[in-house]
Amino acid sequence: MNINLTLFAQMIAFAVFVGFCMKFIWPPIVTALAERKAKIAEGLAAAERGHQEKALGEQRALVLIKDAKAAAADIVAQAQKRATEIVEEAKADARSESGRVVAAAQAEIDRETNRAREELRERVATLAVAAAEKILQKEIDIKAHKGLVESFAKQL
Amino acid sequence: MAASETLTSQAYIQHHLTNLTLGVHPEHGFGFAHSSAEAAEMGFWAINVDTMFFSILLGYLFIWFFRRVAEQMTAGVPGGAQNFVEWIVDFVEENVRGSFTAKNPLVGPLALTIFAWVFLMNLMDLIPVDLIPHLFGQLMSLFGADPHHVFLRIVPTTDPNATFGMALVVFGLVLYYSFKMKGVGGFARELTMQPFGKWGMPANLLLEGISLLSKPLSLALRLFGNMYAGEMIFILIALLYGSSMVLNITGGMLQFVWAVFHILIITLQAFIFMVLTIVYLDMAHQEHH
Repeated sequence: MNINLTLFAQMIAFAVFVGFCMKFIWPPIVTALAERKAKIAEGLAAAERGHQEKALGEQRALVLIKDAKAAAADIVAQAQKRATEIVEEAKADARSESGRVVAAAQAEIDRETNRAREELRERVATLAVAAAEKILQKEIDIKAHKGLVESFAKQL
Repeated sequence: MAASETLTSQAYIQHHLTNLTLGVHPEHGFGFAHSSAEAAEMGFWAINVDTMFFSILLGYLFIWFFRRVAEQMTAGVPGGAQNFVEWIVDFVEENVRGSFTAKNPLVGPLALTIFAWVFLMNLMDLIPVDLIPHLFGQLMSLFGADPHHVFLRIVPTTDPNATFGMALVVFGLVLYYSFKMKGVGGFARELTMQPFGKWGMPANLLLEGISLLSKPLSLALRLFGNMYAGEMIFILIALLYGSSMVLNITGGMLQFVWAVFHILIITLQAFIFMVLTIVYLDMAHQEHH
């Protein structure tokens, strides 16, 4: 309980402890703490940036999707228009083609009819001559009567 | 041990309040004091071996543990010990940042050392009062010493030498930074020109001088008084033991309650010593306050 030399010894001990703490303990700990603080702040900032970028990207994606949808709708409409056009064209083509075919067939029929008529006419003429020969039982000069017969046949 | 026939209550208390003093006695020569009276007769040129031993041991413990952690310090994920150390350092640094406005790399480590060291020294108070002194007495009796005259106080902060030692170092720093920051003239002006202006100079000097000198006194005596009183109560409780079962149980309960309460006191006293040191040094750095 007496004040004695212990006082000075304690002062020296205290000063030594403080000095040691100041030189070897405090700086590394405080430096590490500050470093970690900076790291955390950096990480938080990065996360914040990431969030912002994500939101931006989402927005951009939305715009892109909208554009793409519009383009697709455009393309579909065009395709439909084209399809109807093609169908119309095909219809028109088919119509004209069928007209042509019908006309050709008609011409053929006409030609055949004419040919058949000619042939028939000739046959009838021959037949008529033969029949007349048989009926008259006498020789008829074909050449002399040909004009007559032909005029007759033409009336058929 | 308290109620053994050879010891009266007064002797028991006296025993616990005497340091293990090593010095030169005018009659017995160099050696350990055998009584508090002898210790007093040794005068200034004596040293309290127990105070020195335990304070340096605890200070070394603090230095060793913190240095070990500081060496493996990482800014990454901290381990258990590092977490603990960071928690304390962060707490101290926050207090320094809150109360100390100037820039001084000394204040942080100073505050940390004070807090940790004072706390550890106070913590010795929670060890049962008789345990270590009794064991030490028995040990010394092996070397032929009388255990009743072997003194040991294991709580360095109940020795005014320890508390005044720290307080005087802090006071020295306060004076040093007062002179350094304000200059001799500035510091003298601060002591003499306020609060009453230049015609009240003697009164100013008296008031400011008292307020300046009260700084180390209040620091040292507050810590010493609290720890001394706490220790005294532990000693008084310890006196209850040994006479009857009822008193034993009562004493045990009282000791437990007082120890629990004391946990608060030892932490608080360490904290107050730290905060006041920071505040005093802040005032020393301020141009006007």
